[in-house]
Amino acid sequence: MSAYALTDSSVMIGRSLRHTTRNFDSLFIGIFLPVMLLLLMTTVFGGAVSGTAGDYVTYVVPGVLLLCAGYGASMTAMSVTTDMKEGIVDRFRTMNVLPSAVLTGHVVASVARNLVSVGIVIATAYAIGFRAAAGPLGWLAAIGLIVLLIFAMSWASAAFGLVAKTPEGASSFGFFLLFLPYLSSAFVPIDTLPGWLQPIATAQPFTPLNESIRGLLLGNPIGNSGWAAVAWCLGILVVSGFTASALWRRTRR
Amino acid sequence: MPVVETSNLQKSFGDHRVLDGVDISVAEGTVFALLGPNGAGKTTVVNILSTLVRADGGSASVAGHDVAREPVAVRAAISVTGQFSAVDALLTGRENLTMMARLSRVPRHEIGAVVEKALARFDLVDAADRRSGSYSGGMARRLDIAISMLAMPRVLFLDEPTTGLDPRSRQGVWEFVRELVGEGVTVFLTTQYLEEADRLADRIALLDGGRIVADDAPAALKRLVGSDIVEATFADGRVACYPTDGSLDDIKRTILGLEDATHVTVRNPSLDDVFLTLTGKSPKQVTGKVAA
Repeated sequence: MSAYALTDSSVMIGRSLRHTTRNFDSLFIGIFLPVMLLLLMTTVFGGAVSGTAGDYVTYVVPGVLLLCAGYGASMTAMSVTTDMKEGIVDRFRTMNVLPSAVLTGHVVASVARNLVSVGIVIATAYAIGFRAAAGPLGWLAAIGLIVLLIFAMSWASAAFGLVAKTPEGASSFGFFLLFLPYLSSAFVPIDTLPGWLQPIATAQPFTPLNESIRGLLLGNPIGNSGWAAVAWCLGILVVSGFTASALWRRTRR
Repeated sequence: MPVVETSNLQKSFGDHRVLDGVDISVAEGTVFALLGPNGAGKTTVVNILSTLVRADGGSASVAGHDVAREPVAVRAAISVTGQFSAVDALLTGRENLTMMARLSRVPRHEIGAVVEKALARFDLVDAADRRSGSYSGGMARRLDIAISMLAMPRVLFLDEPTTGLDPRSRQGVWEFVRELVGEGVTVFLTTQYLEEADRLADRIALLDGGRIVADDAPAALKRLVGSDIVEATFADGRVACYPTDGSLDDIKRTILGLEDATHVTVRNPSLDDVFLTLTGKSPKQVTGKVAA
Protein backbone atom coordinates (compact mmCIF):
# COMPACT_ATOMS: atom_id res chain seq x y z
CA MET A 1 0.00 0.00 0.00
CA SER A 2 2.86 2.34 0.82
CA ALA A 3 3.94 2.18 -2.83
CA TYR A 4 0.83 4.20 -3.60
CA ALA A 5 1.16 6.67 -0.72
CA LEU A 6 2.52 9.35 -3.04
CA THR A 7 -0.09 8.69 -5.75
CA ASP A 8 -2.93 8.79 -3.26
CA SER A 9 -1.69 11.94 -1.58
CA SER A 10 -1.11 13.77 -4.85
CA VAL A 11 -4.53 12.71 -6.18
CA MET A 12 -6.19 14.05 -3.03
CA ILE A 13 -4.17 17.27 -3.10
CA GLY A 14 -5.27 17.80 -6.71
CA ARG A 15 -8.86 17.14 -5.69
CA SER A 16 -8.80 19.61 -2.81
CA LEU A 17 -7.07 22.28 -4.92
CA ARG A 18 -9.79 21.95 -7.56
CA HIS A 19 -12.41 22.26 -4.83
CA THR A 20 -10.77 25.47 -3.63
CA THR A 21 -10.81 27.14 -7.03
CA ARG A 22 -14.41 26.05 -7.67
CA ASN A 23 -15.82 27.06 -4.33
CA PHE A 24 -16.88 30.68 -4.34
CA ASP A 25 -16.98 30.94 -0.54
CA SER A 26 -13.42 29.83 -0.03
CA LEU A 27 -12.17 32.11 -2.80
CA PHE A 28 -14.05 35.05 -1.35
CA ILE A 29 -12.79 34.42 2.16
CA GLY A 30 -9.28 33.74 0.89
CA ILE A 31 -8.92 36.93 -1.13
CA PHE A 32 -11.47 39.52 -0.15
CA LEU A 33 -11.51 39.12 3.62
CA PRO A 34 -7.76 39.57 4.27
CA VAL A 35 -7.64 42.72 2.14
CA MET A 36 -10.70 44.19 3.87
CA LEU A 37 -9.22 43.37 7.27
CA LEU A 38 -5.98 45.12 6.47
CA LEU A 39 -7.73 48.20 5.12
CA LEU A 40 -10.05 48.24 8.14
CA MET A 41 -7.17 48.01 10.58
CA THR A 42 -5.16 50.76 8.94
CA THR A 43 -7.61 53.31 7.57
CA VAL A 44 -10.34 52.97 10.21
CA PHE A 45 -8.49 52.12 13.43
CA GLY A 46 -5.01 53.32 12.47
CA GLY A 47 -5.53 56.98 13.31
CA ALA A 48 -7.04 56.25 16.71
CA VAL A 49 -4.48 53.67 17.76
CA SER A 50 -1.31 55.32 16.61
CA GLY A 51 -2.00 58.94 15.73
CA THR A 52 -1.36 58.46 12.03
CA ALA A 53 -2.57 55.63 9.84
CA GLY A 54 0.85 55.35 8.21
CA ASP A 55 2.74 54.35 11.39
CA TYR A 56 0.14 51.79 12.30
CA VAL A 57 0.52 50.05 8.92
CA THR A 58 4.05 49.13 9.84
CA TYR A 59 2.98 47.92 13.26
CA VAL A 60 -0.10 45.97 12.21
CA VAL A 61 0.85 44.18 8.97
CA PRO A 62 2.50 41.20 10.73
CA GLY A 63 -0.61 40.80 12.89
CA VAL A 64 -2.95 40.89 9.90
CA LEU A 65 -0.77 38.28 8.19
CA LEU A 66 -1.16 36.00 11.24
CA LEU A 67 -4.87 36.67 11.48
CA CYS A 68 -5.38 35.76 7.82
CA ALA A 69 -3.16 32.70 8.05
CA GLY A 70 -4.88 31.41 11.18
CA TYR A 71 -8.43 32.16 10.12
CA GLY A 72 -7.81 30.94 6.58
CA ALA A 73 -6.41 27.68 7.93
CA SER A 74 -9.51 27.24 10.09
CA MET A 75 -11.59 26.94 6.91
CA THR A 76 -10.10 23.44 6.68
CA ALA A 77 -12.45 22.37 9.50
CA MET A 78 -15.49 23.22 7.39
CA SER A 79 -14.17 21.60 4.25
CA VAL A 80 -13.35 18.40 6.19
CA THR A 81 -16.77 18.27 7.89
CA THR A 82 -18.53 18.86 4.58
CA ASP A 83 -16.43 16.18 2.92
CA MET A 84 -17.15 13.61 5.63
CA LYS A 85 -20.86 13.91 4.86
CA GLU A 86 -20.28 12.99 1.21
CA GLY A 87 -20.70 9.44 -0.02
CA ILE A 88 -17.37 9.73 -1.78
CA VAL A 89 -15.37 9.51 1.46
CA ASP A 90 -17.04 6.19 2.24
CA ARG A 91 -16.14 5.07 -1.23
CA PHE A 92 -12.49 5.95 -0.57
CA ARG A 93 -12.67 3.81 2.56
CA THR A 94 -13.83 0.79 0.57
CA MET A 95 -10.76 1.19 -1.66
CA ASN A 96 -7.17 0.67 -0.62
CA VAL A 97 -6.51 4.39 -0.45
CA LEU A 98 -3.88 5.65 2.01
CA PRO A 99 -6.03 6.59 5.04
CA SER A 100 -4.38 9.96 5.67
CA ALA A 101 -4.48 11.03 2.01
CA VAL A 102 -7.88 12.75 2.14
CA LEU A 103 -6.81 14.91 5.10
CA THR A 104 -3.40 15.56 3.52
CA GLY A 105 -5.26 16.87 0.48
CA HIS A 106 -7.30 19.28 2.58
CA VAL A 107 -4.26 20.50 4.51
CA VAL A 108 -1.99 21.02 1.50
CA ALA A 109 -4.76 22.84 -0.37
CA SER A 110 -5.23 25.02 2.70
CA VAL A 111 -1.53 25.89 2.76
CA ALA A 112 -1.61 26.77 -0.95
CA ARG A 113 -4.80 28.83 -0.65
CA ASN A 114 -3.58 30.75 2.36
CA LEU A 115 -0.17 31.44 0.85
CA VAL A 116 -2.02 33.19 -1.97
CA SER A 117 -3.98 35.17 0.66
CA VAL A 118 -0.75 36.08 2.45
CA GLY A 119 0.74 37.23 -0.87
CA ILE A 120 -2.30 39.41 -1.52
CA VAL A 121 -2.10 40.94 1.96
CA ILE A 122 1.59 41.73 1.48
CA ALA A 123 0.91 43.32 -1.93
CA THR A 124 -1.95 45.40 -0.46
CA ALA A 125 0.24 46.41 2.47
CA TYR A 126 2.90 47.70 0.07
CA ALA A 127 0.25 49.57 -1.86
CA ILE A 128 -0.81 51.48 1.28
CA GLY A 129 2.70 52.32 2.42
CA PHE A 130 4.14 49.33 4.28
CA ARG A 131 7.87 48.93 3.77
CA ALA A 132 9.84 45.96 5.11
CA ALA A 133 13.45 46.38 6.15
CA ALA A 134 14.08 42.64 5.81
CA GLY A 135 16.58 41.16 3.37
CA PRO A 136 15.88 37.94 1.45
CA LEU A 137 16.78 35.81 4.48
CA GLY A 138 14.45 37.71 6.77
CA TRP A 139 11.62 37.36 4.25
CA LEU A 140 12.33 33.67 3.84
CA ALA A 141 12.29 33.11 7.61
CA ALA A 142 9.06 35.11 8.03
CA ILE A 143 7.27 33.30 5.20
CA GLY A 144 8.60 29.97 6.50
CA LEU A 145 7.13 30.69 9.90
CA ILE A 146 3.77 31.65 8.37
CA VAL A 147 3.72 28.43 6.32
CA LEU A 148 4.46 26.45 9.48
CA LEU A 149 1.60 28.22 11.27
CA ILE A 150 -0.83 27.55 8.40
CA PHE A 151 0.28 23.92 8.29
CA ALA A 152 -0.16 23.42 12.06
CA MET A 153 -3.48 25.25 12.23
CA SER A 154 -4.79 23.39 9.16
CA TRP A 155 -4.10 20.04 10.83
CA ALA A 156 -5.71 21.29 14.05
CA SER A 157 -8.71 22.42 11.99
CA ALA A 158 -8.85 19.09 10.18
CA ALA A 159 -8.99 17.29 13.55
CA PHE A 160 -11.73 19.67 14.71
CA GLY A 161 -13.56 19.13 11.43
CA LEU A 162 -13.63 15.37 12.09
CA VAL A 163 -15.22 15.95 15.50
CA ALA A 164 -17.74 18.60 14.42
CA LYS A 165 -21.14 17.28 13.40
CA THR A 166 -22.09 20.07 10.99
CA PRO A 167 -20.15 22.55 8.83
CA GLU A 168 -21.72 25.33 10.94
CA GLY A 169 -20.27 23.75 14.07
CA ALA A 170 -16.92 23.35 12.34
CA SER A 171 -16.84 27.05 11.49
CA SER A 172 -16.72 27.91 15.20
CA PHE A 173 -13.06 26.91 15.16
CA GLY A 174 -12.53 29.94 12.95
CA PHE A 175 -13.83 32.32 15.61
CA PHE A 176 -11.27 30.94 18.02
CA LEU A 177 -8.46 31.61 15.54
CA LEU A 178 -10.00 34.95 14.59
CA PHE A 179 -9.97 36.26 18.17
CA LEU A 180 -6.79 34.73 19.54
CA PRO A 181 -4.49 37.18 17.68
CA TYR A 182 -6.36 40.12 19.26
CA LEU A 183 -5.23 38.86 22.66
CA SER A 184 -1.57 39.03 21.63
CA SER A 185 0.91 41.71 20.71
CA ALA A 186 -0.42 41.72 17.14
CA PHE A 187 -2.61 44.82 17.27
CA VAL A 188 -1.68 46.63 20.46
CA PRO A 189 1.42 46.44 22.70
CA ILE A 190 0.90 43.94 25.53
CA ASP A 191 1.70 46.52 28.22
CA THR A 192 -1.43 48.44 27.25
CA LEU A 193 -3.64 45.44 28.15
CA PRO A 194 -5.23 45.05 31.61
CA GLY A 195 -2.86 43.46 34.11
CA TRP A 196 -4.74 40.19 34.41
CA LEU A 197 -4.76 39.72 30.63
CA GLN A 198 -1.04 40.33 30.14
CA PRO A 199 0.18 36.87 31.30
CA ILE A 200 -2.40 35.20 29.04
CA ALA A 201 -1.35 37.33 26.08
CA THR A 202 2.31 36.60 26.72
CA ALA A 203 1.80 32.85 27.11
CA GLN A 204 -0.22 32.21 23.96
CA PRO A 205 1.35 31.20 20.63
CA PHE A 206 0.35 34.27 18.63
CA THR A 207 2.58 36.58 20.69
CA PRO A 208 5.90 34.85 19.91
CA LEU A 209 4.70 34.32 16.33
CA ASN A 210 3.87 37.98 15.96
CA GLU A 211 7.06 39.17 17.64
CA SER A 212 9.13 36.94 15.33
CA ILE A 213 7.42 37.98 12.12
CA ARG A 214 7.40 41.68 13.02
CA GLY A 215 11.07 41.48 13.99
CA LEU A 216 12.05 39.58 10.86
CA LEU A 217 10.17 41.89 8.50
CA LEU A 218 11.30 45.13 10.16
CA GLY A 219 14.86 43.90 10.60
CA ASN A 220 14.79 44.01 14.42
CA PRO A 221 16.27 41.33 16.72
CA ILE A 222 13.72 38.67 17.67
CA GLY A 223 15.43 37.08 20.67
CA ASN A 224 13.96 33.75 21.67
CA SER A 225 10.54 34.41 20.18
CA GLY A 226 11.53 32.68 16.92
CA TRP A 227 12.26 29.41 18.70
CA ALA A 228 9.17 29.77 20.86
CA ALA A 229 7.05 30.29 17.74
CA VAL A 230 8.58 27.27 15.99
CA ALA A 231 8.11 25.13 19.11
CA TRP A 232 4.45 26.15 19.41
CA CYS A 233 3.76 25.36 15.76
CA LEU A 234 5.58 22.02 15.80
CA GLY A 235 3.79 21.06 19.02
CA ILE A 236 0.37 21.90 17.56
CA LEU A 237 1.31 20.14 14.32
CA VAL A 238 2.37 16.87 15.99
CA VAL A 239 -0.56 16.72 18.42
CA SER A 240 -3.12 17.64 15.73
CA GLY A 241 -1.62 15.32 13.15
CA PHE A 242 -1.84 12.31 15.46
CA THR A 243 -5.27 13.30 16.74
CA ALA A 244 -6.62 13.76 13.22
CA SER A 245 -5.22 10.40 12.07
CA ALA A 246 -6.70 8.61 15.09
CA LEU A 247 -10.07 10.33 14.59
CA TRP A 248 -10.06 9.45 10.90
CA ARG A 249 -9.64 5.76 11.71
CA ARG A 250 -12.39 5.96 14.31
CA THR A 251 -14.88 8.09 12.41
CA ARG A 252 -16.94 5.38 10.79
CA ARG A 253 -20.64 5.25 10.54
CA MET B 1 -17.01 -21.99 -2.94
CA PRO B 2 -19.20 -18.93 -2.30
CA VAL B 3 -17.63 -15.57 -3.14
CA VAL B 4 -19.57 -13.80 -0.38
CA GLU B 5 -20.41 -15.61 2.81
CA THR B 6 -21.64 -14.51 6.23
CA SER B 7 -22.38 -16.59 9.27
CA ASN B 8 -24.44 -15.44 12.25
CA LEU B 9 -23.64 -11.78 11.54
CA GLN B 10 -24.54 -9.49 14.46
CA LYS B 11 -24.59 -5.71 14.69
CA SER B 12 -26.19 -3.27 17.10
CA PHE B 13 -26.12 0.51 17.16
CA GLY B 14 -26.60 1.42 20.81
CA ASP B 15 -29.65 -0.48 22.05
CA HIS B 16 -30.93 -1.01 18.56
CA ARG B 17 -30.14 -4.49 17.24
CA VAL B 18 -29.89 -4.10 13.47
CA LEU B 19 -28.56 -7.52 12.49
CA ASP B 20 -29.45 -10.52 14.60
CA GLY B 21 -27.73 -13.51 13.04
CA VAL B 22 -27.58 -13.02 9.28
CA ASP B 23 -26.43 -15.95 7.13
CA ILE B 24 -25.78 -15.27 3.47
CA SER B 25 -24.04 -17.26 0.75
CA VAL B 26 -23.50 -15.92 -2.76
CA ALA B 27 -22.15 -18.04 -5.63
CA GLU B 28 -19.59 -16.51 -7.97
CA GLY B 29 -20.93 -14.94 -11.16
CA THR B 30 -24.51 -14.61 -9.92
CA VAL B 31 -26.75 -11.74 -8.89
CA PHE B 32 -27.80 -11.86 -5.26
CA ALA B 33 -30.53 -9.53 -4.05
CA LEU B 34 -30.95 -8.57 -0.43
CA LEU B 35 -34.50 -7.38 -0.18
CA GLY B 36 -36.09 -5.55 2.69
CA PRO B 37 -38.00 -2.46 3.73
CA ASN B 38 -36.30 0.77 4.76
CA GLY B 39 -34.39 0.32 7.99
CA ALA B 40 -34.17 -3.47 7.69
CA GLY B 41 -30.36 -3.35 7.87
CA LYS B 42 -29.51 -3.89 4.20
CA THR B 43 -26.98 -1.07 4.12
CA THR B 44 -25.41 -2.31 7.36
CA VAL B 45 -24.79 -5.69 5.71
CA VAL B 46 -23.14 -3.97 2.73
CA ASN B 47 -21.08 -1.74 5.04
CA ILE B 48 -19.78 -4.77 6.93
CA LEU B 49 -18.99 -6.69 3.75
CA SER B 50 -17.22 -3.67 2.23
CA THR B 51 -15.03 -3.15 5.37
CA LEU B 52 -16.70 0.16 6.31
CA VAL B 53 -18.22 -1.13 9.55
CA ARG B 54 -17.13 -3.87 11.90
CA ALA B 55 -19.61 -6.56 12.90
CA ASP B 56 -20.21 -7.15 16.62
CA GLY B 57 -20.30 -10.90 16.12
CA GLY B 58 -20.32 -13.68 13.56
CA SER B 59 -18.07 -13.81 10.53
CA ALA B 60 -18.06 -12.54 6.96
CA SER B 61 -15.80 -13.23 4.04
CA VAL B 62 -15.56 -11.79 0.54
CA ALA B 63 -13.50 -13.42 -2.22
CA GLY B 64 -12.11 -15.84 0.34
CA HIS B 65 -10.85 -13.14 2.72
CA ASP B 66 -12.22 -12.39 6.17
CA VAL B 67 -13.53 -8.81 6.14
CA ALA B 68 -12.28 -8.02 9.65
CA ARG B 69 -8.85 -9.66 9.46
CA GLU B 70 -7.94 -9.02 5.81
CA PRO B 71 -9.69 -5.77 4.84
CA VAL B 72 -6.96 -4.82 2.35
CA ALA B 73 -7.44 -8.04 0.36
CA VAL B 74 -11.21 -7.61 0.48
CA ARG B 75 -11.04 -4.02 -0.77
CA ALA B 76 -8.86 -5.12 -3.67
CA ALA B 77 -11.62 -7.50 -4.81
CA ILE B 78 -14.67 -5.26 -4.52
CA SER B 79 -16.33 -2.09 -5.74
CA VAL B 80 -19.13 -0.35 -3.93
CA THR B 81 -21.83 1.90 -5.27
CA GLY B 82 -23.50 3.22 -2.17
CA GLN B 83 -27.05 4.25 -1.58
CA PHE B 84 -26.14 7.91 -1.84
CA SER B 85 -24.26 9.24 -4.80
CA ALA B 86 -20.54 8.80 -4.23
CA VAL B 87 -19.23 11.13 -6.89
CA ASP B 88 -17.41 14.39 -6.35
CA ALA B 89 -19.94 17.09 -7.19
CA LEU B 90 -17.31 19.80 -7.76
CA LEU B 91 -15.36 17.70 -10.26
CA THR B 92 -16.42 16.97 -13.83
CA GLY B 93 -17.39 13.46 -14.89
CA ARG B 94 -14.04 12.98 -16.59
CA GLU B 95 -12.12 14.29 -13.55
CA ASN B 96 -14.08 11.95 -11.28
CA LEU B 97 -13.22 8.96 -13.45
CA THR B 98 -9.56 9.95 -13.80
CA MET B 99 -9.20 10.41 -10.04
CA MET B 100 -10.85 7.09 -9.29
CA ALA B 101 -8.82 5.29 -11.95
CA ARG B 102 -5.61 6.47 -10.29
CA LEU B 103 -6.87 5.43 -6.85
CA SER B 104 -7.95 2.08 -8.32
CA ARG B 105 -4.35 1.46 -9.43
CA VAL B 106 -5.07 1.55 -13.15
CA PRO B 107 -1.61 1.84 -14.76
CA ARG B 108 -0.87 5.47 -15.53
CA HIS B 109 -0.52 5.12 -19.31
CA GLU B 110 -3.85 3.31 -19.56
CA ILE B 111 -5.88 5.84 -17.58
CA GLY B 112 -6.81 8.06 -20.54
CA ALA B 113 -8.13 5.16 -22.59
CA VAL B 114 -9.91 3.54 -19.64
CA VAL B 115 -11.69 6.81 -18.82
CA GLU B 116 -12.78 7.44 -22.42
CA LYS B 117 -14.12 3.89 -22.67
CA ALA B 118 -16.08 4.29 -19.43
CA LEU B 119 -17.56 7.62 -20.61
CA ALA B 120 -18.67 6.03 -23.88
CA ARG B 121 -20.05 2.88 -22.29
CA PHE B 122 -22.13 4.70 -19.70
CA ASP B 123 -23.32 7.33 -22.17
CA LEU B 124 -21.59 10.24 -20.49
CA VAL B 125 -19.44 11.57 -23.36
CA ASP B 126 -21.50 14.75 -23.86
CA ALA B 127 -21.53 15.50 -20.12
CA ALA B 128 -17.89 14.53 -19.53
CA ASP B 129 -16.65 18.07 -18.94
CA ARG B 130 -19.56 19.30 -16.87
CA ARG B 131 -19.43 19.22 -13.08
CA SER B 132 -21.10 16.08 -11.83
CA GLY B 133 -23.08 18.20 -9.35
CA SER B 134 -25.16 19.37 -12.30
CA TYR B 135 -25.98 15.82 -13.44
CA SER B 136 -29.49 14.37 -13.26
CA GLY B 137 -30.10 11.48 -10.85
CA GLY B 138 -29.78 8.93 -13.63
CA MET B 139 -26.53 10.41 -14.98
CA ALA B 140 -24.98 10.62 -11.51
CA ARG B 141 -25.89 6.99 -10.91
CA ARG B 142 -24.34 5.98 -14.26
CA LEU B 143 -21.16 7.84 -13.32
CA ASP B 144 -21.26 6.10 -9.95
CA ILE B 145 -21.45 2.67 -11.55
CA ALA B 146 -18.86 3.63 -14.19
CA ILE B 147 -16.45 4.44 -11.34
CA SER B 148 -17.18 1.09 -9.70
CA MET B 149 -16.33 -0.73 -12.92
CA LEU B 150 -12.99 1.00 -13.59
CA ALA B 151 -10.91 -1.72 -12.01
CA MET B 152 -13.16 -4.68 -12.91
CA PRO B 153 -14.03 -5.95 -9.42
CA ARG B 154 -14.78 -9.58 -8.58
CA VAL B 155 -17.74 -8.50 -6.47
CA LEU B 156 -19.79 -5.38 -7.11
CA PHE B 157 -21.99 -4.11 -4.28
CA LEU B 158 -24.93 -2.03 -5.44
CA ASP B 159 -26.79 -0.55 -2.49
CA GLU B 160 -30.25 0.48 -3.69
CA PRO B 161 -28.94 1.41 -7.13
CA THR B 162 -32.25 2.64 -8.52
CA THR B 163 -33.76 4.40 -5.51
CA GLY B 164 -34.97 7.81 -6.66
CA LEU B 165 -34.47 7.12 -10.36
CA ASP B 166 -37.10 7.55 -13.04
CA PRO B 167 -38.33 4.37 -14.79
CA ARG B 168 -36.13 4.86 -17.85
CA SER B 169 -32.94 5.33 -15.82
CA ARG B 170 -33.94 2.30 -13.78
CA GLN B 171 -34.17 0.21 -16.94
CA GLY B 172 -30.72 1.49 -17.90
CA VAL B 173 -29.19 0.40 -14.60
CA TRP B 174 -30.81 -3.02 -14.94
CA GLU B 175 -29.26 -3.43 -18.39
CA PHE B 176 -25.82 -2.53 -17.05
CA VAL B 177 -26.17 -5.03 -14.23
CA ARG B 178 -27.03 -7.81 -16.70
CA GLU B 179 -24.05 -6.87 -18.88
CA LEU B 180 -21.69 -6.92 -15.92
CA VAL B 181 -22.86 -10.35 -14.86
CA GLY B 182 -22.24 -11.48 -18.43
CA GLU B 183 -18.62 -10.44 -17.90
CA GLY B 184 -18.32 -12.66 -14.84
CA VAL B 185 -18.82 -10.07 -12.08
CA THR B 186 -20.74 -11.16 -9.00
CA VAL B 187 -23.36 -8.57 -8.10
CA PHE B 188 -24.58 -8.12 -4.53
CA LEU B 189 -27.66 -5.95 -4.80
CA THR B 190 -29.83 -4.43 -2.11
CA THR B 191 -33.22 -3.12 -2.98
CA GLN B 192 -36.60 -2.33 -1.56
CA TYR B 193 -38.20 -2.87 -4.96
CA LEU B 194 -39.54 -6.37 -5.27
CA GLU B 195 -39.79 -6.04 -9.03
CA GLU B 196 -36.10 -5.17 -9.24
CA ALA B 197 -35.03 -8.24 -7.29
CA ASP B 198 -37.37 -10.41 -9.36
CA ARG B 199 -35.96 -9.13 -12.65
CA LEU B 200 -32.27 -9.24 -11.83
CA ALA B 201 -31.49 -11.76 -9.16
CA ASP B 202 -30.64 -15.44 -9.34
CA ARG B 203 -31.28 -15.63 -5.66
CA ILE B 204 -33.22 -13.40 -3.28
CA ALA B 205 -32.89 -13.13 0.47
CA LEU B 206 -35.51 -11.29 2.48
CA LEU B 207 -34.13 -9.34 5.42
CA ASP B 208 -36.61 -8.50 8.14
CA GLY B 209 -36.11 -7.77 11.83
CA GLY B 210 -32.37 -8.35 11.52
CA ARG B 211 -32.75 -11.86 10.13
CA ILE B 212 -32.99 -13.55 6.77
CA VAL B 213 -36.58 -14.77 6.70
CA ALA B 214 -36.36 -16.38 3.25
CA ASP B 215 -33.56 -17.19 0.84
CA ASP B 216 -34.31 -18.82 -2.48
CA ALA B 217 -34.67 -18.40 -6.25
CA PRO B 218 -37.40 -15.89 -7.20
CA ALA B 219 -39.65 -18.61 -8.64
CA ALA B 220 -39.31 -20.78 -5.54
CA LEU B 221 -40.14 -17.83 -3.30
CA LYS B 222 -43.26 -17.17 -5.30
CA ARG B 223 -44.33 -20.81 -4.93
CA LEU B 224 -44.19 -20.35 -1.15
CA VAL B 225 -47.31 -18.22 -1.18
CA GLY B 226 -49.26 -20.78 -3.11
CA SER B 227 -51.47 -20.27 -6.12
CA ASP B 228 -53.65 -17.52 -7.57
CA ILE B 229 -54.40 -14.43 -5.55
CA VAL B 230 -57.56 -12.36 -5.49
CA GLU B 231 -56.82 -8.66 -5.17
CA ALA B 232 -59.77 -6.50 -4.23
CA THR B 233 -60.17 -2.73 -4.23
CA PHE B 234 -62.76 -1.28 -1.88
CA ALA B 235 -64.85 1.85 -2.06
CA ASP B 236 -62.62 3.64 0.42
CA GLY B 237 -59.56 2.96 -1.77
CA ARG B 238 -58.21 0.16 0.41
CA VAL B 239 -56.57 -2.74 -1.45
CA ALA B 240 -56.44 -6.25 0.02
CA CYS B 241 -55.07 -9.56 -1.22
CA TYR B 242 -56.64 -12.97 -0.59
CA PRO B 243 -54.65 -16.12 -1.32
CA THR B 244 -56.56 -19.03 -2.83
CA ASP B 245 -55.68 -22.63 -3.55
CA GLY B 246 -56.07 -21.95 -7.25
CA SER B 247 -59.24 -23.96 -7.74
CA LEU B 248 -62.21 -22.28 -9.43
CA ASP B 249 -64.35 -23.04 -6.40
CA ASP B 250 -62.00 -21.33 -4.00
CA ILE B 251 -61.57 -18.27 -6.22
CA LYS B 252 -65.34 -17.98 -6.64
CA ARG B 253 -65.92 -18.38 -2.93
CA THR B 254 -63.33 -15.72 -2.16
CA ILE B 255 -64.77 -13.21 -4.60
CA LEU B 256 -68.35 -13.80 -3.47
CA GLY B 257 -67.24 -13.08 0.09
CA LEU B 258 -66.10 -9.58 -0.92
CA GLU B 259 -69.45 -7.87 -0.96
CA ASP B 260 -68.33 -4.26 -0.74
CA ALA B 261 -65.41 -4.55 -3.20
CA THR B 262 -65.61 -2.23 -6.19
CA HIS B 263 -62.98 -3.98 -8.29
CA VAL B 264 -61.47 -7.47 -8.23
CA THR B 265 -58.53 -9.03 -10.10
CA VAL B 266 -57.16 -12.56 -10.04
CA ARG B 267 -53.42 -12.81 -10.58
CA ASN B 268 -50.30 -14.90 -10.03
CA PRO B 269 -48.48 -14.34 -6.75
CA SER B 270 -45.83 -11.60 -6.86
CA LEU B 271 -42.87 -10.96 -4.61
CA ASP B 272 -45.07 -8.52 -2.74
CA ASP B 273 -47.17 -11.45 -1.69
CA VAL B 274 -44.09 -13.39 -0.65
CA PHE B 275 -43.17 -10.49 1.50
CA LEU B 276 -46.59 -10.31 3.04
CA THR B 277 -46.67 -14.02 3.75
CA LEU B 278 -43.21 -14.21 5.27
CA THR B 279 -42.99 -11.01 7.28
CA GLY B 280 -46.62 -10.43 8.17
CA LYS B 281 -46.27 -6.88 6.90
CA SER B 282 -48.20 -5.55 3.99
CA PRO B 283 -45.83 -4.58 1.21
CA LYS B 284 -48.23 -1.74 0.43
CA GLN B 285 -47.46 -0.35 3.85
CA VAL B 286 -43.80 -0.78 3.09
CA THR B 287 -43.95 1.13 -0.18
CA GLY B 288 -46.23 3.73 1.42
CA LYS B 289 -43.59 4.35 4.07
CA VAL B 290 -40.94 4.82 1.45
CA ALA B 291 -42.96 7.31 -0.52
CA ALA B 292 -43.72 9.39 2.58
